[in-house]
Amino acid sequence: MTTSAPETESPRGSILGTRVQRLEDPEFLTTGAVYTEDLVDERLAGALRLTVVRSPIAHARIVAIDTTAAREAPGCVAVFTADELADPVDQRPPLPVYPAEMGQPLLAKGVVRFVGEPVVAVLTDERYQGEDAAELVDIEYDPLPAVVDPKDAERNETLLFPELGTNVCFASRPPDTPPPDVFADCEVVVTQEIMNQRVAVAPLEVRAGAAVWGDDGRVTAWIPNQGAQGTQGALARMLGVPVEQVRIITPAVGGAFGAKFGADPEHALVVLLARKLDRPVTWVESRSENMVAMTHGRAQVQTVTIGGTRDGRVTAYRLHVLQDSGAYPKFGGLLPTLTLMMAPAVYDIEHLQTSFVSVVTNTTPVGAYRGAGRPEATAAIERAIDMFAAEIGKDPAEVRRMNLLPAFTEPIRSKGGASYDSGDYQLALDTVLEAADYATLRAEQAARRERGETTQLGIGLSVYVEITGGGDESGPPKENATIEVHSDGSATILTGTSPHGQGHATVWAMLASEETGIPMERISVKWGDTDLVPEGGGTGGSRSLQQGGAAVRQASRELVDIAKAIAADKLEVSVDDLVVDHETAGLAVRGVPGSGVRFAELATEQELKVRSVFSAPGPTYPFGAHLAVAEVDVETGKARLVKLFALDDAGTVMNPLIAEGQRHGGLAQGAAQALLEEVLFDEDGNPTTNTLASYPIVSATELPSFDLVTTETPTPYNPLGAKGIGEAGTIGSTPAVQNAVIDAVAHLGVRHIDMPTSPMRVWTALNKELN
Amino acid sequence: MQVQITVNGEQHTDDVEPRLLLAHYLRDVCGLKATNIGCDTTSCGACTVHVDGEAVKSCTVLTVATDGAAVTTLEGLAPSTDDLHPVQRAFRAEHGLQCGFCTPGMVMAAAALVANNPDLTEAEVRAGLEGNLCRCTGYHNIVRAVLAAAREVSA
Amino acid sequence: MIPAAFDYVRAESVDHAVALLGEHGDDAKLIAGGHSLLPMMKLRLAFPSVLVDVRTIAEASYVRVDGDVVAVGALTRHRDLVTSDVLRTEAPLISMAAAYVGDPQIRNRGTIGGSLAHADPAADLPAAVLASDATLVVQCADGRREIASGEFFTGYFETALDDSEMLVEIRVPRTGSNGAHYEKFTRRANDWAIVGVATVAGRVALANMGSAPLRATAVEAALAEGASVDDAAALAAENTSPVADMNADAVYRKHLARVLTRRALSAAVGV
Repeated sequence: MTTSAPETESPRGSILGTRVQRLEDPEFLTTGAVYTEDLVDERLAGALRLTVVRSPIAHARIVAIDTTAAREAPGCVAVFTADELADPVDQRPPLPVYPAEMGQPLLAKGVVRFVGEPVVAVLTDERYQGEDAAELVDIEYDPLPAVVDPKDAERNETLLFPELGTNVCFASRPPDTPPPDVFADCEVVVTQEIMNQRVAVAPLEVRAGAAVWGDDGRVTAWIPNQGAQGTQGALARMLGVPVEQVRIITPAVGGAFGAKFGADPEHALVVLLARKLDRPVTWVESRSENMVAMTHGRAQVQTVTIGGTRDGRVTAYRLHVLQDSGAYPKFGGLLPTLTLMMAPAVYDIEHLQTSFVSVVTNTTPVGAYRGAGRPEATAAIERAIDMFAAEIGKDPAEVRRMNLLPAFTEPIRSKGGASYDSGDYQLALDTVLEAADYATLRAEQAARRERGETTQLGIGLSVYVEITGGGDESGPPKENATIEVHSDGSATILTGTSPHGQGHATVWAMLASEETGIPMERISVKWGDTDLVPEGGGTGGSRSLQQGGAAVRQASRELVDIAKAIAADKLEVSVDDLVVDHETAGLAVRGVPGSGVRFAELATEQELKVRSVFSAPGPTYPFGAHLAVAEVDVETGKARLVKLFALDDAGTVMNPLIAEGQRHGGLAQGAAQALLEEVLFDEDGNPTTNTLASYPIVSATELPSFDLVTTETPTPYNPLGAKGIGEAGTIGSTPAVQNAVIDAVAHLGVRHIDMPTSPMRVWTALNKELN
Repeated sequence: MQVQITVNGEQHTDDVEPRLLLAHYLRDVCGLKATNIGCDTTSCGACTVHVDGEAVKSCTVLTVATDGAAVTTLEGLAPSTDDLHPVQRAFRAEHGLQCGFCTPGMVMAAAALVANNPDLTEAEVRAGLEGNLCRCTGYHNIVRAVLAAAREVSA
Repeated sequence: MIPAAFDYVRAESVDHAVALLGEHGDDAKLIAGGHSLLPMMKLRLAFPSVLVDVRTIAEASYVRVDGDVVAVGALTRHRDLVTSDVLRTEAPLISMAAAYVGDPQIRNRGTIGGSLAHADPAADLPAAVLASDATLVVQCADGRREIASGEFFTGYFETALDDSEMLVEIRVPRTGSNGAHYEKFTRRANDWAIVGVATVAGRVALANMGSAPLRATAVEAALAEGASVDDAAALAAENTSPVADMNADAVYRKHLARVLTRRALSAAVGV
C-alpha cells in the first residue's frame, strides 16, 4: 500500500517523503526556544524559588531536622519538611501494579531510601539565595544497611518497606505446573548471565517547573513534559484535586527520552507550595540533582539460555529478567513485561520461556529510557545468538539467517504474544550485510588475526523488531487532531502529541498542507496546553506519527469533505465535481479554471474546523538490522566504534531529514550504552557517576558518522503506512556494537563481555583467557 | 560591584554580586535567554558564548571578571534574521538540531571553530566540539553542518 | 551550582596579587582562568571568601627563550601554549600536553599556572612539567624563589606553594623538537587521563599513577644504562601505588603505565 497524493486539479509532486527543513529552526537558531527556565510571564512575577534539600545517604531513618538557621538565611521565605506539608496527597505509586505502600512521598517521611531523595523544601526570593539557605538545613540521619545490587535485594535481607516483608514490587506469575525442560533435546545449550546496565537519561535540559494559582481556584503550571494531559492527570491525582483545576502549559522541552512523563514529586511540590504560600513558585534542578533524582534507564540482570541443533537451528530460548526498580517503583519495574513480550524478537523459535521479577533497591528510581524494555530484549537475544554461533563454530550472520521468521505482509502472532504487522527480516539482514560489504570485513578481520596485530577488528550484528505505538490502560491506540482554517488563509492544528525535538510542527504542517494546499509556513501547530488540547497521548513509545500524524491527515481530509459540502452548495455543483486546488489552497470545479473558492473564503462565512480521532488497530512493528565495526586495541582493551551500518524499516517515511535525525540520535545512545555509559553506586548506595564529568555521556569524538540504509515496508495499520522510528536506533545498535567488541577478541577465547565494554572490562576478559 | 560589559554590541552597566556567573548575567540581567545551562561541571558547553571573540563556557566565567569585555551570544551572532551566520544556516539545512537545548552553545562553539580553522576535517570537527554535548542528534548532522559552514567560510 | 558568596579583587600586578594574598591569608585564593577553581566552588567543595583575580596581569603571560630555558609566564593560556612557535620548536612536550587539556573553550581560559597550582594528579601539564624537569618560579612578599618541579607537587591537589605565594613562571629546559611525546589514555577525548605518560630527553613522568604526578625513575635509569625501550618501559609501574576508581583498578593502571610508556618512548624516538 502506498500513500497517493490526493486528487488535484493539476499534476504535482507530493511534499510527503521529501527532505523539508524544519519550521521550528529559525527561532531555535536565533533567539533560542523558550524553555521553562526561560519563562518571563507576568503571572510568575514575584515568584519564589524552590530549592530541594536531598538525602546524602542511601538508606537511613531521619532522626531530626533543624531548619532554624535556614529560615533565617537572607531571602528565605519558608521551609517545609514532610511533617509541615500536612496537605493530603496521594502518594501511591504511579502504576497500580505495585504495592500501594511503595509510593514516593513528596518529601521523605521518617526514612530516606536513596541518595537524592527530596527531604526538605526551601523557598527563597532569589535563585542564588536558595543554595545558601539549603546548606543551613541540618538533618540528623541514623544509617540503615543499604541494598544496592538487585540480586541482594531479592534475598529480602535488607527491606526498603519492612511492613511488606519483601523487596519485590512486581513479578510474572509463576506457571501453574512446572515448565517442561525444553532444552532436554537440544544438542547444544548455552547459558549466560548478562547485565543490561543502568544508564542515565541525561537530556540536556534538566527538570523544571513553575506554578501559580489563580483567583478562580485553578493552577497554571509550566512543566517540561512528554504529554501535558498525563502530567495534568498525575498532578491532579497526587494533590487530590479535580483535573479541571489543573492547567498544564508545556514550554519548549530540551529532550526527554522517556524520563519526563507524568509528574515527579518535585513538580507536585512546586504546585502545592504555590498554593500554600499563595505566590508563584519556580524550580530548576541542577545537573548533579538530575543525575541522582531523575529516573534512570535499563538496569536489568538477564539470564539467557539458548539451545538448538549443532548445525544452527535454535529450538529453545529462555529469558529471566531481574529488574532493578530503584527505591520507588516507577515505569522501570513494569518494563520487563515489554522485554518478555519482545523476547523472541525476529526469530522463529519453537519453545520460549520467560519470567521476571522487579525489586526495589536503595538507588535512584528506574523509569523509561528510549526503547523502554525493548532494547533489553533485543540485546539479550542478539548476544545469545552470537554465543550460540560461537559455540557451534558457525558464522553469526548464517545462524541468524537460519532462524529468522520468514517475510510476512499479514499480521502474525509471535511466541511472546505480540502481533507483528509486517516484516521482512531476511531482507533487512541481507541488505545491511551487503551495504557493509560483510565478506570484505571478514577478510580484513582474518588478515589482522593472522598478522597478530595490536588493533583487531570486530564485526557485530543485530536483527531486531520493535513495538511502537501501543495503547494504554484507556484502550487501543488513538490520537486526536483539530484543524481550523482561518479567514486570512492560515491554519492552526491542535495535536495531542508532545514533541520535544521530533519536528511535529513541521511534519504535521506537511500533512495538512498536502491535503489542503495551504502553505506549510501558514500552518501553526499547537500542543501541550491542556486548556487548548484536553486530550492526548503525548510523545513516547514512537507513537506520534502513526497516530498523531494519521489524526492530522484524517482531520484535514474531513475538513476538506466539510468544505466540499459547503462549496458544493455555494457553487451549485455536485460534491463529486470538486477537487482540492493546491495552487489557491481551496476547492475548484473539475475542468473549470478559475471556478473555485478558497478555504479562507469559506472560513469567513462559517467556522471551518474539524476535530478528529484516529484509532489504530494496534501497535506497529518496525524492524531492521545493524552492523557495527569495532577496533579493539588488545594491549589496552580500548574499543573504538569505526562504522555503524543501520537498516531501519519503519514503513513509509514522511520526512527523511527528520527520520534520519531520529535514527542518528538512537544509534548514538545505543552505541553509548554498549561502549561507555553506566551509572555506578558504591556498596553503600552512594552514586559515583553523579555529574557529567564523572558520567561518561557520549560526545562527538567517540562516534563515527553513521551509514544509514532505508527500506520501507508499510504497515496496514494507518493510512500513512508509517510505523514508529524514534527508538529503533537504540534497539538495534546496542547489541551490534557490543557484539562487535566481543567479536574483535573472540579469537583470543573471549565469549562474553558485559556492557559497557570499557577498556578495563575488555582487558580483564582478555587477561582471563591469556592466563 | 559595578561592571561595564558590551553584549551584542550594546553597552551594559550593572551592579552585580561577585559570584554572579556570566551565564546568569546574560540570561537574567540582560534578558538574553538563548544561552542555556545544561550542567554544573563545565562539561556540556550549552552555555558557550564568545568573550572578546573567543568561545568560552559562560557558566564558568564570573561576570565581574568580564568587566570591560565584549560578549556575543547567539542572539548577536547574525547581523539580522535575514542575514544569518553560515553556521546558523548550515545547522538548519543539515538538521543539526532537534530539541534545540544544546544548540546555542553548539552554534557559538562551531562559529569559533570555523573562524579559526579554514580546512576542517571531520575528525577536527569532532575534536573541536568535544566540549559540547548533544543528546538528540548523535552529532552526525552537527558534523555535517559545521563542515558545510566551514566550506562556505573558507570559500 | 552556585558558589558561596565571596569578595572579589582584581590584581593589577604580581606584586599586588602577592600583597593581597598576604593580607587575606588562607581566606583568599588566586583565580586566573578559573576553570579548575570555579567548578569546585560551584559544587561548594571550595569556598574561599576572597578571590584575587590575576587573569589580566599582562606581564605574567609570555613565552620566550631565556638562555637554555623557555620561560613561560604562569598566566599563559593553554591555547597559547598549543600555538606557540617557540614552545613547539624548543620545548614541544608542553605544547603537546596543553593540546589535551579539556576542550577548546577551556583552553581559551585555563592557564598553565592555574593548572600547576591546582595539582590534579590526573592533569596533563603537571606530568609534562615534571618530565621536562622544569623549574617553577614563585613570588612572595620577600621576593622570588625557585622550586624544582620534582619538589613542587607534594600530594593530592597539594603543592609546595604556601598561601601567600604566587606561581609566576615556569622555566622549561630547551630540548629541541625531538624526543618528546605525551601519551594520554582516556575513554572519551576530553576526560582526565586514566593514565598519562609524558616523556622528553629520556625522562618519563606519569599522570594519575599516584596522589601526585611522578617520575618513572626505574624506566629512566634503565634507559640511561642503554636498555631497549621495551625493557625500560616494563619498569614503568615500579614504586607506584595507583588508586582504583571506576575506570581502572591498580593492576590495570600499572599495566597501562607499562604499555603507554613503551608507546610514548617509541613515539619520542621516532620509532
